[in-house]
Amino acid sequence: MATPPLAPEPLDLDALLADPATGIIVCCGSGGVGKTTTAAALGLRAAESGRRVVVLTIDPARRLAQSLGLTELDNTPRPVAGVGDEVGGSLHAMMLDMKRTFDEVVEAHSTPEKAAQILANPFYQSVSSSFAGTQEYMAMEKLGQLRAQAEREGTWNLIVVDTPPSRSALDFLDAPKRLGSFLDGRFIRLLTAPARAGGRAYLKVFSVGATIAAVTVSRVLGGQLLADVQTFVSALDTMFGGFRERADVTYALLKEPATAFVVVAAPERDALREAAYFVDRLESEGMPLAGVVVNRVQTLAAPALSGSRAAAAAEQLEDGADTAAADDLAGLTPALLRLHADLAEVATRHEGHVRRFVAGHREVPLSTVPASATDIHDLEGLRTVSAALATG
Amino acid sequence: MSTPPLDRALDGVRLHVVTGKGGVGKTTVAAALALALARQGKRVLLAEVEGRQGISQTFDVPPLGIEEVRLVSHAGGGEVWGISVDAKAALLEYLQMFYKLGRAGGALERMGVIDFATTIAPGVRDVLLIGKVYEAVGRTTGTRRHKGPRTWDAVVLDAPPTGRITRFLNVNVQVADLARMGPIHSQAESITRMLRHPQSVVHVVTLLEEMPVQETVDAIGELSDAGFGLGTVVVNQVREPLVDEALLEIAAAEPERVAARVRDDLTGVGVRAAARTVNGLLREAHDHAERVELERSLTDEVASQRLPTLRLPVLTGGVEDGGIAALADQLVEQGVR
Repeated sequence: MATPPLAPEPLDLDALLADPATGIIVCCGSGGVGKTTTAAALGLRAAESGRRVVVLTIDPARRLAQSLGLTELDNTPRPVAGVGDEVGGSLHAMMLDMKRTFDEVVEAHSTPEKAAQILANPFYQSVSSSFAGTQEYMAMEKLGQLRAQAEREGTWNLIVVDTPPSRSALDFLDAPKRLGSFLDGRFIRLLTAPARAGGRAYLKVFSVGATIAAVTVSRVLGGQLLADVQTFVSALDTMFGGFRERADVTYALLKEPATAFVVVAAPERDALREAAYFVDRLESEGMPLAGVVVNRVQTLAAPALSGSRAAAAAEQLEDGADTAAADDLAGLTPALLRLHADLAEVATRHEGHVRRFVAGHREVPLSTVPASATDIHDLEGLRTVSAALATG
Repeated sequence: MSTPPLDRALDGVRLHVVTGKGGVGKTTVAAALALALARQGKRVLLAEVEGRQGISQTFDVPPLGIEEVRLVSHAGGGEVWGISVDAKAALLEYLQMFYKLGRAGGALERMGVIDFATTIAPGVRDVLLIGKVYEAVGRTTGTRRHKGPRTWDAVVLDAPPTGRITRFLNVNVQVADLARMGPIHSQAESITRMLRHPQSVVHVVTLLEEMPVQETVDAIGELSDAGFGLGTVVVNQVREPLVDEALLEIAAAEPERVAARVRDDLTGVGVRAAARTVNGLLREAHDHAERVELERSLTDEVASQRLPTLRLPVLTGGVEDGGIAALADQLVEQGVR
């Protein structure tokens, strides 16, 4: 059977970055595929082509962060010195501080006394620092804030967002809804019922179940815990509207044509399967997909020599080793050929994974970035990546 | 201070907690470890707590549930069983056991109480998840009075990644403010006692790449500050250098002489030695040398942690086709008992 041709639609990232209509680029994908590096490389390239860019990173590698001048996690965009000066572009970068962002939301939506009460509640401490989905939700919140600031002050005309290292790429789209539906949960409503209009009637209808529930919860978790929850939930109650509204606004923002999603993957089965889910999901949600970037693809510097030919030649040379010159270079050529055969095997595997993805998603533009020998942690390295992204 | 020998680090250990940065092969290593222990006649329970179904995918079996399922049995009597621990199910089971709830359990579920209890306070969820592991570690085959032998010789936990592991294990700190008394509180206390006992150790899995090594070093510091015992560092997906270092040095120093030699050798065995191919091979050697150098400095960084190190080779064919068994062989060979 003939192999289907590997002819993905090329992803023209330079055109995307240059288009003034592109206002937000969201880099998403499963953990460990190089999302942050991709986001930083795109931001750098855009800035050096004259755009005023802010990159929001979630959890960058320490040295990558340092290369962007991010020495502390302070939730404020910092300028990256010397980028884009000649062409009127600029680059700011920031790391998300999830807890601080949450605190700011609380402060913005309640009176100072109420805010203080919420911030001190042990449940708030727990939810704001470790609730599954809080990080995703706060990344969205921060995106909304940056966008508002960009419009208000004209500081930036392009926002590049990295997404949290979720277990699955889809968590990022679902988290805000999950937090919302959790706060809307039946039991939570019940706990806060007396504080609401018509709460008494509501409580009456459910009184038997409610009693069992409350008694059990307080038996298992301890009565004080229930009291803390009640305080927490009723304090948050006044903010519910604001919460939901903001989540909706950001969600709508993601659907605008000014937004472009770049799905990032590695040339491995699981990462590309995850990328495929994400591509399908974006489509069904009506969110604008720019294309897929596959990072760290093994390439060969001697592509004309096949892996099997190299392995055979190595064997031939080793067989004839007795008659060959026994100088300081003995064994060098066979070793280089074995290395090449090994790299060729990896390259073939990577190509196969990418080919399978393309076969199922022919219409999706795709760009590949060659694997580099070492990790990337300076602007020069990012420039190399961004050049590969644009031509890939 | 020198690195303790492996046999001392693993002596008497019954709970192996396996963590590592996402994507380093934590589940694969946990599975290989369970298999290695079973090879020596042990009955081993392999547990996951994040609902990822990593274990069932690794062993290529139907998705695991909250019931323990046998995955592998050895002629020597050793076995590996698997379970996917779920917080909601654990809470219901727990309520059933201590409160004889009967149908009220269903009512709680309908009221959203279970959802509530397992999501609003991540600390409570973690107590429930580790609680199940705690129960398995302590379970005996006998009755309440005559306890009998332990059900499991060892429990291997495929734990959350390095970024969350200390918090996850530190359950009593997590619930200290939330539940100052009551059963959850005392459960957290018992779990903490078990986790701090020398029979429990944490293994950290890493790759020889910058970020995973950094997270490994951070996690080791955090875990030991929090009072948890550390087992080993497992360096996964190790590639042995393919080109002798002395040769790489010559190639870097005398590219022209080396290129001429490669060209002659290739021509000698009938391979077309175009300049691009010769230079390409040298370029690949150069990149390889850089990689080897980086891996060496990362290996030193891992070694400076003063923990026994286990090294597992990269599986070029993936984990299928007996890959896990090959890794288990490696672990046994390196002295895992």
